[in-house]
Amino acid sequence: MAKITKEDVEYVAGLAQLSLDEAARERLVGEMSNILSYMDKLNELDTSGIEPMMHVLDISNVYRDDVVGPSLDRETALMNAPKSDGEYFLVPRILDQE
Amino acid sequence: MEYEVVVGMEVHVEIDTKSKVFCACSTNFHAPPNTNVCPICLGMPGVLPVLNRGMVEATVAVGLALNCTISRWSKMDRKNYFYPDLAKNYQISQYDLPLCHDGWMEINLDGTTKRIGITRAHMEEDTARNVHTIGVAESGVDFNRCGVPLLEIVTEPDIRSAQEAFEYLTRLKQLLQYLNVSDCNMEEGSLRAEANISIRPVGTEKFGVKTEVKNVASFSGVQKAIDYEIVRQRQVLEEGGTVVQETRGWDAAKGVTFSQRSKESAHDYRYFPEPDLVPVIVDEAWEKRIRESLPELPRARKQRFQDSYSLKPYDAGVLTASKAMADYFEAVVTAGAQPKPAANWIMVELQALLTEHKQELEDCKVTSASLAAMIGLIDDGTISGKIAKDVLIEMFDSGRDPKAIVTEKGLVQISDTAELEQIARDVLAANAGPVADFKAGKEKAFGFLVGQMMKATKGKGNPKIVNDILRNALSRV
Repeated sequence: MAKITKEDVEYVAGLAQLSLDEAARERLVGEMSNILSYMDKLNELDTSGIEPMMHVLDISNVYRDDVVGPSLDRETALMNAPKSDGEYFLVPRILDQE
Repeated sequence: MEYEVVVGMEVHVEIDTKSKVFCACSTNFHAPPNTNVCPICLGMPGVLPVLNRGMVEATVAVGLALNCTISRWSKMDRKNYFYPDLAKNYQISQYDLPLCHDGWMEINLDGTTKRIGITRAHMEEDTARNVHTIGVAESGVDFNRCGVPLLEIVTEPDIRSAQEAFEYLTRLKQLLQYLNVSDCNMEEGSLRAEANISIRPVGTEKFGVKTEVKNVASFSGVQKAIDYEIVRQRQVLEEGGTVVQETRGWDAAKGVTFSQRSKESAHDYRYFPEPDLVPVIVDEAWEKRIRESLPELPRARKQRFQDSYSLKPYDAGVLTASKAMADYFEAVVTAGAQPKPAANWIMVELQALLTEHKQELEDCKVTSASLAAMIGLIDDGTISGKIAKDVLIEMFDSGRDPKAIVTEKGLVQISDTAELEQIARDVLAANAGPVADFKAGKEKAFGFLVGQMMKATKGKGNPKIVNDILRNALSRV
């Protein structure tokens, strides 16, 4: 049985700012339900007494010292921007912070 | 119906590391736009952030000062949202395992002490700055601020008045400045405070619906915004309405809060562990090292000022309110001044000059050594306390040495007994009326005659000697 409804797909797509056509929505209802079903499969295992894995890497405490290094020059930083004025990255006007 | 307000505070503080939290770019606030940027803080694909050790240590230091438990095991998470202040569409923050949690801070109000619970203090990155003055159709984005280390400190809903909120923020800022982890400059945005505010009928347990007031530029603004929300929410409830859970801004000019509708309806950040950063494990040894390196904190310093310098609790509190002032006071004492006069000159005369000129102590031209020298000139009788006030003004304006000012302006007080005795005779001769009054028992007349003496000496008469000589002269009339 499908664990995911079309509304769920639309909600998640909305959060990810994706617009999906009807066919894609249908397909994702199936695919996402399958993923959740597989999680149920994992839940069949007895994991009591097993430490939860908090991170995929088995290393910790990797830091940099607080030392300033070179930054990009501004021209390079702005090089790939769709739009800039030579100082700032330009984006469509942000309305809801005025 | 009687209502009480329930407030929880969220404070964001930029930590004063030299480099950003995940890359080596400078954190300098004053750099031209987009010059402290690199592929990491610009959110380019395929880059690898590495956590700044200084940020971890500063966070643990703040956590310890706030009586928090330091997590042995902590990690970074991604907070996902779309907004043009983050190029990579997520902010690296901490979600379920903050580095510091379950602490408290004490505040004092009207002679009573109250504990405000600290829910958590966690590490994250600041976001880019948006500039809306560029044109009609566009906004600018400056990534210099993106990746500046940011500490978020969240309280329990323990605050019960706007005044308590103000006191909490004041104490927190004091603590952060003592710890030397942030300049806490609200104008430059290095300290930002948000208040979650709700009201409920007195005696009830259940929280009311809260509003979140953001973008307030000062602590007094926070205090006013809370007082405004109390009145507004009560009005809504008394008119039979319901408070809407929302973010509200503060209009300081009009003194009102206003609804800030957000385009994103649901705050669903879909946090998940940041795979590019490895866990942070602060073992007991590391925590101990940081604890031992903590500087003296405000409460301990106030107590020490009372004990070592015999200052009254109130004076010790004023002098230790800011680290800068406490350091200055101790420097003046180290330079040779007695603690009590040093305290008085700093708290009264110097503070008045600072207030009048809207200046910070850090920018003051009166060095601790020169203030100590000025107090020394009073102690050795060179100048009177009254003259010293004028000398201090001159020192404040020019930064010059007090001795040079006194010599140049001929302010050395007259302690020559013979000279003062002559002046006393002249004053008594010219003021037969007041002399008769004094003889008739009017003590007030004595004050008048002292005034005449000071006038005759242009204020330079040594007050103690003037007093003695005048009494003597009067007894012989």
